[in-house]
Amino acid sequence: MPTLRTDRLEIRSSDDVVRVRQMARAMALETGLGLVDQTKIITAASELARNMLDYGGGGLVLAEVLEQPGRRGLRLTFEDKGPGIADVEAALKDGFTTGKGMGLGLGGAKRLSNEFSIDSRPGAGTKVVIARWK
Amino acid sequence: MVDVGTIAELVASGEAAILSEWIDLQKKVGTLQTGRITENELVAQSREFLHRLRDGLARGGSDSSDAAYGPARQMLADLSRSRALQGFSPTETATFIFSLKQPLFNVLNRNAALSPVQAADLTWAVTLLLDELGLFTLEIFQKSREEVIVRQQREIAELSTPVVKLWDGILALPLIGTLDSQRTQVVMENLLQTVVDVEAEIAIIDITGVPTVDTLTAQHLLKTVAAARLMGADCIISGIRPQIAQTMVHLGVELNVVSKATLADAFAMALERTGRAVTKRKAAAAAAKGKPIAGKVE
Repeated sequence: MPTLRTDRLEIRSSDDVVRVRQMARAMALETGLGLVDQTKIITAASELARNMLDYGGGGLVLAEVLEQPGRRGLRLTFEDKGPGIADVEAALKDGFTTGKGMGLGLGGAKRLSNEFSIDSRPGAGTKVVIARWK
Repeated sequence: MVDVGTIAELVASGEAAILSEWIDLQKKVGTLQTGRITENELVAQSREFLHRLRDGLARGGSDSSDAAYGPARQMLADLSRSRALQGFSPTETATFIFSLKQPLFNVLNRNAALSPVQAADLTWAVTLLLDELGLFTLEIFQKSREEVIVRQQREIAELSTPVVKLWDGILALPLIGTLDSQRTQVVMENLLQTVVDVEAEIAIIDITGVPTVDTLTAQHLLKTVAAARLMGADCIISGIRPQIAQTMVHLGVELNVVSKATLADAFAMALERTGRAVTKRKAAAAAAKGKPIAGKVE
């Protein structure tokens, strides 16, 4: 699957969450996503970046514009070296939070994306990959 | 310890040559091309700095933090600050000092009275000195830029959270940009204070200018609404664009608040709730002028 463009950003403070949104917006435009799809992936990126900051102690976001025969897509990878998630299934349920948020971010990000995968083990960090196709 | 006093003497005696060579070099890298300073200014700045540097060399030795270099550093600070504000790049700004190296080296090399060892020692001393001054220039440049950014941030924070009175008892809060925790705090305080000040019954929070509504933004909004409610003011949220509405549904965020698509709709609703209505003064007169009101049967 050819990658047309990649960009990466480190998340260390809440200002970086704004920067992730801007990066996601620029890459979504490049992918050619419509306004609704743009907004969806930007919002999902915002949720995952903030999760990474609040619970994973910050991390790295990788954005890739992908091309397959007949379609283009934007894939975002969020990787942190934080404490990891003990029960991923529970974390995906709406209303579940160990912090002060609404507990909708992770599940919401899943619903906002066409593809979603999460890989997390306690002590080994968390990696979330989402994609939105045109 | 090298006696840099020798350089001071060489600078004094070879001033004209150093100056013209230095200015040529600055021109070559394009200091004048941007049109932000004139050639006369550049010559005056260069000459003045050379004098101050010479005084520093004569009395302060090779230590750029010596008090004798005070005037030279002061001038660099002023120059760096003004260039930062004029929009020069860091390279363009630092070139002022770094391009002086070559003319000074040439003067040292041309001087037959110096042994090769002396010339090398002096060259090294000058290099260190100009590097220090160059770093100083960049530091001031950076600081000036940061001051500009901080000032702009403060201006944005002040400008971006106005609470507007639309009518007796009706307030509008047009939100623009990112609703982070810090800004939400400012917004909330402004809103609650104004609710008290004007005895507002209804506050319209317009989010047309908020590009992304994620769960944190929604949470901040809901807290603001709840706080206003405790103060006796009902809130209406307006300006939720179609793509934001779809996104919020997928996120699973429920805003248990009355919401309207536009600020105008929200205002109409607020008027209705406070027992008012907007009517056309003379519908017949308007029709007579040949301007039928679209979608309305007279």
